[in-house]
Amino acid sequence: MNMERNGLNNKSTFLAVSEFIAKNKIGFLLIIVLYSALFILEKMMPPSSMLFVVLKKGAIYALVAVSMNLLNGFTGLFSLGQAGFMLIGSYTYAIFTIPVEDRAAVYQYFDGGIIRFTVPVFIALIMAGVAAGIFAFFIGLPVLRLKSDYLAIATLGFAEIIRAIFQWNKLGPITNGSNLLKKFPSFSSVLFPFTVAGISIALIVLLINSSYGRAFKAIRDDEIAAEAMGINLAKHKLLSFVISSFFAGVGGALLAMYQTTVQASAFKAAMTYEILLIVVIGGVGSITGSVISSFLFIACSEWWLRFLDSETYIGSFKVPLLASGFRKVVFSVVIMVIVLFYNQGIMGTREFSSEGIARFFSRIASRNRKEGA
Amino acid sequence: MAENILHLERLTMQFGGVTAVNDLTMDVYKDEIVALIGPNGAGKTTVFNCITGVYEPTNGSVSFCGKTIVSNRPQGKMKKLYTGEYRGEDLKIISPTPDKITKLGIARTFQNIRLFKTMTVFENVLVAKHMRARQNFLSATFRLNFKEEQRMREESLALLEEQGLLQYKDEIASNLPYGLQRRLEISRALATEPKLLMLDEPAAGMNPQETQELADFIVQIKDKYNLTVLMIEHHMDLVMKISERIYVLDFGKLIAHGTPEEVQKNQRVIDAYLGVAEDA
Repeated sequence: MNMERNGLNNKSTFLAVSEFIAKNKIGFLLIIVLYSALFILEKMMPPSSMLFVVLKKGAIYALVAVSMNLLNGFTGLFSLGQAGFMLIGSYTYAIFTIPVEDRAAVYQYFDGGIIRFTVPVFIALIMAGVAAGIFAFFIGLPVLRLKSDYLAIATLGFAEIIRAIFQWNKLGPITNGSNLLKKFPSFSSVLFPFTVAGISIALIVLLINSSYGRAFKAIRDDEIAAEAMGINLAKHKLLSFVISSFFAGVGGALLAMYQTTVQASAFKAAMTYEILLIVVIGGVGSITGSVISSFLFIACSEWWLRFLDSETYIGSFKVPLLASGFRKVVFSVVIMVIVLFYNQGIMGTREFSSEGIARFFSRIASRNRKEGA
Repeated sequence: MAENILHLERLTMQFGGVTAVNDLTMDVYKDEIVALIGPNGAGKTTVFNCITGVYEPTNGSVSFCGKTIVSNRPQGKMKKLYTGEYRGEDLKIISPTPDKITKLGIARTFQNIRLFKTMTVFENVLVAKHMRARQNFLSATFRLNFKEEQRMREESLALLEEQGLLQYKDEIASNLPYGLQRRLEISRALATEPKLLMLDEPAAGMNPQETQELADFIVQIKDKYNLTVLMIEHHMDLVMKISERIYVLDFGKLIAHGTPEEVQKNQRVIDAYLGVAEDA
């Protein structure tokens, strides 16, 4: 009897999963196409191509931007602590993965540090998230009582404090003080950050579309009404904060792998602002918006506008204005134009869905049919 | 006498030196419709906020189904500022957050509609089911709660159908016409499976026709969901028509209570609403 029950349960679970896949056929197809395209691209193009820099960094920033969007866009908590949690993630990853034989060289001022073991990369990535999540839990307990601007200032302050603490010499045996951490495993293939970021973003999307995601949105729309509907504000805000920080930590670890070195002084408030900019340009409350805008942002800042920084001659004519630093001027203007004309961001709160694509194509098809007839 | 659902014992709410609710004692019995009326600024909504945990009362207690759910005595700087005579020195301090009160079975609506504006009608009701679902964030993320989720969806759809809102289920809540927004807010409150429904001016901004329909609607849901209703209302025809007992507040003090007929004849109530004639 019992076994029959279990069998039935498994069957219905299987049915639910297959139904889910069937419903999102086009989405899954697109993901497969994307990953195989990346795979083929990597075989065909030289690995030094700027495209890969953009893809790698873009994927990492996409993850962090989505994690920030979970908090700012879906729960309505205006937090600016993302760089701090990325720092914790990247340090946790680096500290636990530097090979034992290289520790003496890395921790040269601290007798090789006090940690004398390494963990596999995959586990270190999860540890990076967990460490950031634990910090977020203890920061969140007092700070999440604040609202809007005050919360932003408090979290920004905490991120700066974390940065200072990690540079503290007394903690040198663990964090290597203000010196670089290096020689930890990194990735060369663009598929690695895409896979990790892809899985993480998928998890965030699943959370947002669940009952908890609805509760987060309810808190964003109206705190008082949400509370009156039985949603425990403190618990749900803390949950969102911790989960967001978890994925920021994972993103930080990926960033460390990408850069191959880590130094606390790099995780300034400016990094949080970059991510905030990505979220705002993409649309506060749109996951796909954050992803698209992070690739556009990285492509603009690292690649497409590079030529503005170098002096250029057409024949013997020197193009005016082009000089080191001009790129930033143009970039700022571009951002201002985007914010002026798309004041909800590129996507607003809409999502780029497989159903939307299917609808788009079926509309084109039906129009063609009409024109043909 | 029927079972006591809600009991307020000498409830006082003071904001600094201003007394919004002054030494209010009232009872609501099972299956009743009780109205709380009074001129603007009489402290009616403050009473609601004290019961539902939005405010912490300065003094006094609230019991629900015989169990004390809120109680407080003047503490800190309120010890000096408190102007009432009765001090509940023996009262324990119980001040739960509003979600705990809702979980116990008290649901409320708001004077100025507070729907989740960017969410659909369906999602608005679904959110209210979140509280009672057996799940945690991990099981919800990995869809291990799909049975629970399905149950929530089915119950919400059934509720929307009963309330005649099914055809609007995919509309964004803020796009609904005003009357339907009111109805959705009540439906959302019903989705929390309450024993006591508290309505804060449900007929605000409605014309006589709509008010009439609302009166029937309230009586209908009360019978259907086995509810007790406590409401604040200014439309006297609605109040007199459906409420069994009425409490009248003026400047935070209870000035009269009783059946609609008794209250209508009460001189103090007439004075509070119309003012006392100078040359009387």
